[in-house]
Amino acid sequence: MSVTVVEARDLTKRFGAITAVDRISFDVHAGECFGFLGPNGAGKTTTMKMIYCVARPTSGVLRVFGMDVRSHPRAIKRHLGVVHQATTLDEALTVRENLLVYARYYGLGWREARERADALLAFVELSGRADERIPNLSGGMQRRLMIARALVANPRLLILDEPTTGLDPQARHAVWDRLRQLKRAGVTQILTTHYMEEAEQLCDRVAIMDGGRIVAEGPPQALVERYVGREVVELQVAQDGASARVVAEEIRALAEAYEWDGGRVLLHTHDGERLVHQVRSLGLPVKAVVLRRATLEDVFLHLTGRRLRE
Amino acid sequence: MMDVSLTGVLLFWQRNLLIFRKIFLTALPENFLEPILYLVALGLGLGGFVREVQGIPYVAFVATGLAASAAMFGATFECTYNAYVQFAYDRSYDAIVTTPLSAEDVAVGEVLWGATRSALYGSAFLLVAALFGVVRSWWALALPFVFFTSGILFSATALTFTALTPSIDLFTYYFSLWITPMFLFSGIFFPLDAFPAWVRDVAWCTPLYHVVRATRAFAFGNPAAALRELLWIGLLAFALLPIPAILLRRRLVH
Repeated sequence: MSVTVVEARDLTKRFGAITAVDRISFDVHAGECFGFLGPNGAGKTTTMKMIYCVARPTSGVLRVFGMDVRSHPRAIKRHLGVVHQATTLDEALTVRENLLVYARYYGLGWREARERADALLAFVELSGRADERIPNLSGGMQRRLMIARALVANPRLLILDEPTTGLDPQARHAVWDRLRQLKRAGVTQILTTHYMEEAEQLCDRVAIMDGGRIVAEGPPQALVERYVGREVVELQVAQDGASARVVAEEIRALAEAYEWDGGRVLLHTHDGERLVHQVRSLGLPVKAVVLRRATLEDVFLHLTGRRLRE
Repeated sequence: MMDVSLTGVLLFWQRNLLIFRKIFLTALPENFLEPILYLVALGLGLGGFVREVQGIPYVAFVATGLAASAAMFGATFECTYNAYVQFAYDRSYDAIVTTPLSAEDVAVGEVLWGATRSALYGSAFLLVAALFGVVRSWWALALPFVFFTSGILFSATALTFTALTPSIDLFTYYFSLWITPMFLFSGIFFPLDAFPAWVRDVAWCTPLYHVVRATRAFAFGNPAAALRELLWIGLLAFALLPIPAILLRRRLVH
């Protein structure tokens, strides 16, 4: 039986009349990477803020390391590392000083803090930049420094809010690489992300949130199989009403689930090749048929819809 | 409800000291050189016409008053613009409250740091002013403590405004309606005797008036009068200190 690091039961957070998080329950186990996915305003960040004791739950249970977040914020925060979505570094200080100052907040002495800072700068490959001011760093370097800063007190739980948003692919892979190394070292991680690929790459389990609720939870691959099947057949339909009507009538019998996305129909199936064959033999008025593996993004859009969120 | 830890407060104070060591040259003109300019222009210029005020050489009268205001400006700039930029633009306070430090530690640490700057700026100004022969008593050695105490008061009011203001643009109101009137009507440049009694009554209700009187009393060796003023300042400082802590918690923890 694995150790529970975070335990939430009927956790609710209201801001005035708005319910940001609505009676959600979940567990995060030691050593795993747990991801919160969801459109903007789904309640991901508020949930994270409650875990790191910067938002107080309105009702329900939230325990971190077995301690209630309402009564033990300092003791909980002692073992947390938090990486915000926005850059929150001390702009006036150098790269190394940012780490030193933080180490002190967690009770480390100066000598210990210096050793820790040097080791972490090597870990995120910023040793050569130790004496540089923050505005001289690129976005990717700042993010790596934020991660190093969050690790300064050897946290048992690392919390990352959109750790790679706004980074170029090289910088993103550098961050992923560090997070995987930390996972191998046994650091429990909770992250939010808008990138489904990131969730598939990093997370052992994900919770998909919408409107303050968890609408699905499980390992990414299991969610894919449960909600959209193993494969997706995309049909590109000619842009005339007649073709669309014909296709709409026929596909109902063909696939377990389907959805329209503009001029495309997505058919979810466990046996793509057979479905492609069926589509072809029916002679449907389609411009193209594409078979691909189903992804977490299909699950996400299936569960949260295609409507734009503000 | 208030969650303050002495260790947390001191760690935050130490952080600000580290930052200050890197930026103090940029903060020097506003807080230190300006009062020196006032001292030279008024103390020596106007002092050429007005030889004595209340039995004190005019340059000494102005210098002691300006030391009190230099201290006030040191605390005020720290807890208005400096604090606001870190809070709203750098967002570094958001990061700090995720560490073992609480929002109250940040607020109280910031106020104590503002008080430290107050003591530094007031004392440094006084050292320069001492060259003009304005310090007449060993009691002047108590003045850093006076400036620290008054610094708590001015920092607490400034940080209260900082925690409430929706925009950095509104600090002009804080300065034009509160700091500048105090600077002009606290008896720094002239005694308030020429005004009707109610002006003196209003002035008595504002803190800088008492800091100026305490500074003069210590500098000229009248400790009994100085301690009365210090008591007024200290009690108010102590009473106001929790307010920015409560307000900053509301801005940082939801």
